[in-house]
Amino acid sequence: MPIRHSGLDRFIVVLNAIFLTLAVLIIVLPLIYVVIASFMDPSVLLSKGLSFNLSDWSLEGYIKILSNPAMIRGFGNSVLYSVSFAMLTVLVSICAGYALSDDRLKGKGFFMTLFIITMFFGGGLIPTYLLVKNLGLLDTVWAVIIPGAVNVWNIILSRTFFKGVPNEMKEAANVDGASEMRIFFSVVLPLSKPIVFVLALYAFVGQWNSYFDAMIYLDNPNLHPLQLVLRSILIQNQVDPGMISDQLAMAEMKRLSEIIKYAAIVVSSLPLIVMYPFFQKYFEKGVMVGSLK
Amino acid sequence: MVTKHKSSLLDYLKKYYFLYILLAPAVILTLIFKYGPMYGAIIAFKDFSPIKGIMGSEWVGLYNFEKFLSSPNFEVIFMNTLKLSFFGLILSFPIPILLALMLNQIRRAGVKKNIQLFLYAPNFISVVVVVGMLFIFLSPTGPINQFFTWLTGEPIMFMSRPEYFRSIYILSDIWTGAGWASIIYVAALANVDPELHNAANLDGANLLQRIRHIDLPTIRPIMAIVFILAAGGIMSIGFEKAYLMQTAMNLPTSEIIPTYVYKIGLQSGDYAYSAAVGLFNSIINIVLLITVNFTVKKLNEGEGLY
Repeated sequence: MPIRHSGLDRFIVVLNAIFLTLAVLIIVLPLIYVVIASFMDPSVLLSKGLSFNLSDWSLEGYIKILSNPAMIRGFGNSVLYSVSFAMLTVLVSICAGYALSDDRLKGKGFFMTLFIITMFFGGGLIPTYLLVKNLGLLDTVWAVIIPGAVNVWNIILSRTFFKGVPNEMKEAANVDGASEMRIFFSVVLPLSKPIVFVLALYAFVGQWNSYFDAMIYLDNPNLHPLQLVLRSILIQNQVDPGMISDQLAMAEMKRLSEIIKYAAIVVSSLPLIVMYPFFQKYFEKGVMVGSLK
Repeated sequence: MVTKHKSSLLDYLKKYYFLYILLAPAVILTLIFKYGPMYGAIIAFKDFSPIKGIMGSEWVGLYNFEKFLSSPNFEVIFMNTLKLSFFGLILSFPIPILLALMLNQIRRAGVKKNIQLFLYAPNFISVVVVVGMLFIFLSPTGPINQFFTWLTGEPIMFMSRPEYFRSIYILSDIWTGAGWASIIYVAALANVDPELHNAANLDGANLLQRIRHIDLPTIRPIMAIVFILAAGGIMSIGFEKAYLMQTAMNLPTSEIIPTYVYKIGLQSGDYAYSAAVGLFNSIINIVLLITVNFTVKKLNEGEGLY
């Protein structure tokens, strides 16, 4: 039986549609503004604001950004850090999650407690920094990749996933004489593509967007990831003079620095923008499984 | 007897050692990088000298904590931290719930999916870019000030006036995270039996009454857990964003405990004092988590986080 709507109901439905549209606009408009502004001729943007006249558009911002060595190097570093971080954290979480999902593992409760405590207690910034320093990891890629590789949430997520793998499959393999190692590699791993995918996606995005660890652990600008390069352009307003040829005046510098900012935002977000619509459902899946514990 | 037990343990390990090998990397990394710093936190109670190391440095008891509590900065920084997180919690907690209830009214699955695609998007924008956008949009010549200049003839110095810091921080947080935070409520609402709504409708309940008596009770346990977790993290608000948003001029409201810890610790090198301030922050956090969990459990018919 369909729900009958009273006058009040209809009013609320209309109001609901209006509010949701507003919410979408509030989210989308700033993003659209950035994208359009990145294609604008800088002097038009400064004097008139956005213009939809194609003759006011230019690719100057993108040309400057893409010819900037710091930006290119940052992009490369970010790809390297994000991919290796994702591989490491997925490997560690899948292995631990699988072991903890097995009821035959003795001391399971102890290990779970060991992990879960770290979700609520921590040593804090300074002791962590001193540890990384004492281990000799400062100014190495490892400082950015290793300390965050164990993520309790990821372990819980993969444990939940493996608990859903029917025990009969493992038992059947066992009867066939497969060792535990064999079972893991030939039976369990081929089944775990979905969880590998979800975890890898989260880890990649997280590392791609982070700047803090790199800021405190990496002094050498050659090692800086994209977010640190962006920080100096967007927030510290340090547009690399190399990006703008020397003889240009300050006014020109200011004119270009605006447009470079917009282009930098778009270029740095590009990988995620391209990935996002395809992978949205996997992100959602990750949140859901994680919340079920 | 003992030997028999031993050999059965050996048999067990022989058979299942591989499971422990799989578990080992996670355990080792956790011990080093999570428990290591917990041990290292004892420098908060020492007159730490990097040359003498953690063990070699002199104990000074609660000296570093007293130093923080009696410092002239204490009240300002402590209150800044508390206000920023408290107002943030109060303002951003209800919005995802509202969004989920609104999305739940959309019957056409395709439309709903597309709206969600937009609502979740800002969650994937990095904090550097979000703050960068704030600086661009709110700059004296930026698009928002073009409007204010037209209106009043004067631009508003958003990023350098302390009185605007909290609003900008919290509103931009909502912009970034509210859509994403609604996922969990959307999923819970999808499990409501449509028959319940039909029956209530036959009994003459209007839409608002059905939301209040069917939808809200369904998501109440999740609301409780989300609230406890948010309240428990009240002192651990994002260092990353506050630090990026700080300007020399907005410091009177933007200096919070995490940014202070960073500055005195890593920029000035006062490790022990900084570690003590950080530890003070974590202790308040844990106390809050336990208190809020206890209170919510009382109010929520025994349903808490633990």
